Amino acid sequence: MPSTYEHSWAVRFCHWLNTVSLFVMIGSGLQIFRAFPSFGPKIPQRDLLHVPKSLALGGWLGGALQWHMTFAWIYVATGVFYVAYQIFSGNYRQPLIARRDLAGVWPMIRHYFFFGRKPAQTEVYNPLQKMAYTSAIALGLLSVLTGIVLFNPVQFSLLASLMGGFHWARVWHFCVLCALLLFVLGHLIMVILHGWNNFTSMLTGWKRNPEYLP
Amino acid sequence: MLEITDSSKSTASKSFSRRELLKLSPLLVVGAFAIPRVRDPLLRAGVSFTDWASTKWFRRNHLAPTFADNDLTPLDKFYVNTYDVDDPDVDLEKWTLTVSGDVERPGGYTLAQIQGLPKIEQNTRHICVEGWDVIGRFGGTRISDFLKYVGANPNAKFLYVECADDYYESLDMASALHPQSLLCYEMYDQPLTREHGAPLRLRVPTKIGYKQAKYLTSLRVTDVVPRKGYWEDQGYPAYYGL
Repeated sequence: MPSTYEHSWAVRFCHWLNTVSLFVMIGSGLQIFRAFPSFGPKIPQRDLLHVPKSLALGGWLGGALQWHMTFAWIYVATGVFYVAYQIFSGNYRQPLIARRDLAGVWPMIRHYFFFGRKPAQTEVYNPLQKMAYTSAIALGLLSVLTGIVLFNPVQFSLLASLMGGFHWARVWHFCVLCALLLFVLGHLIMVILHGWNNFTSMLTGWKRNPEYLP
Repeated sequence: MLEITDSSKSTASKSFSRRELLKLSPLLVVGAFAIPRVRDPLLRAGVSFTDWASTKWFRRNHLAPTFADNDLTPLDKFYVNTYDVDDPDVDLEKWTLTVSGDVERPGGYTLAQIQGLPKIEQNTRHICVEGWDVIGRFGGTRISDFLKYVGANPNAKFLYVECADDYYESLDMASALHPQSLLCYEMYDQPLTREHGAPLRLRVPTKIGYKQAKYLTSLRVTDVVPRKGYWEDQGYPAYYGL
């Protein structure tokens, strides 16, 4: 039975560290949002949605800020290390969607959502997967850029003005959160659907008997 | 890029997998955040590091964005944040600002003396740590002009202010000397109202809202602050530059 080494140590390390950071950033971010759950004016305040305390991390605004400001560095460092690794190892071809993958995206969507025939798998990631991972990496970058503007809108005033100012950066930061939550949801569903052998490949790097090998 | 191996010798492959899994063990270090005794100092260190990075980003002459008059949030929509009372009952007739510390001319300064210095008016964004923001019009004296007036040592590290409502704050000298940092006595071209901090408040557009102390009563120029600030002492970042 052939096995392949799909994920190097660097990729697996970043994946799991980022799982923790993302969990902390989302939880503490929701606690921060609870302090003013609106994108409108302060007077009159119209709350957009109520985030239950059970989903929030940090206990209160000050505690959540401590978590958010501490893990932001781990989150950024992981991202920088991951991207640098992918570029210098040449492994970026594995997750990054390319022009030639585009034609294969729709057949995968048809397969997953509309009972279409399963396209033959030729690489570690199928075109839809590549699109999802490429988007997730872009969302990671956007979460940091919008976050920097919220944290230091004066020093990064040029970046802030590109986003429409502090007030809009807060809206974008929240939109990025929603998109990341969608990604995580889809990712978890796919992991469950694809079983144990697929899951352990992100722990050990090895996948037994992958379908793309003869 | 793919390595392919024949794993028919499954015991060898299993021990290899186990070794690969063990290589991820450095991740367990993050588990320190689950232990309360270790977590609290780690989070404090994280906030201190963030504050430190923020001081490195700060540019002395980089101005906060200013806005046109028709971008202003109306004064009655400018939220009043207080931590205990809206009006600490300052006797405006007898009020003076007590200046002390590393200054050549300590003592009490009247509002007229402060208003005698050049007046600056600016429309800037006020951002609350909670997430809301308003654009307000502020008038006052540059902190840097006042510090020269009282003969403050510009190499001191901090300003420390106390307020009539027992609030207190500290401000690093670089932020205090910023050209937009004001001892503010007017909002929207009118003398400060009582709930906005009459007769004098800080207005530092390069800082978060809780650093804009109201109802100032004393100002100290010092290298060592007795306390960092009302909210900072409860866990908020001490520097929080914008």
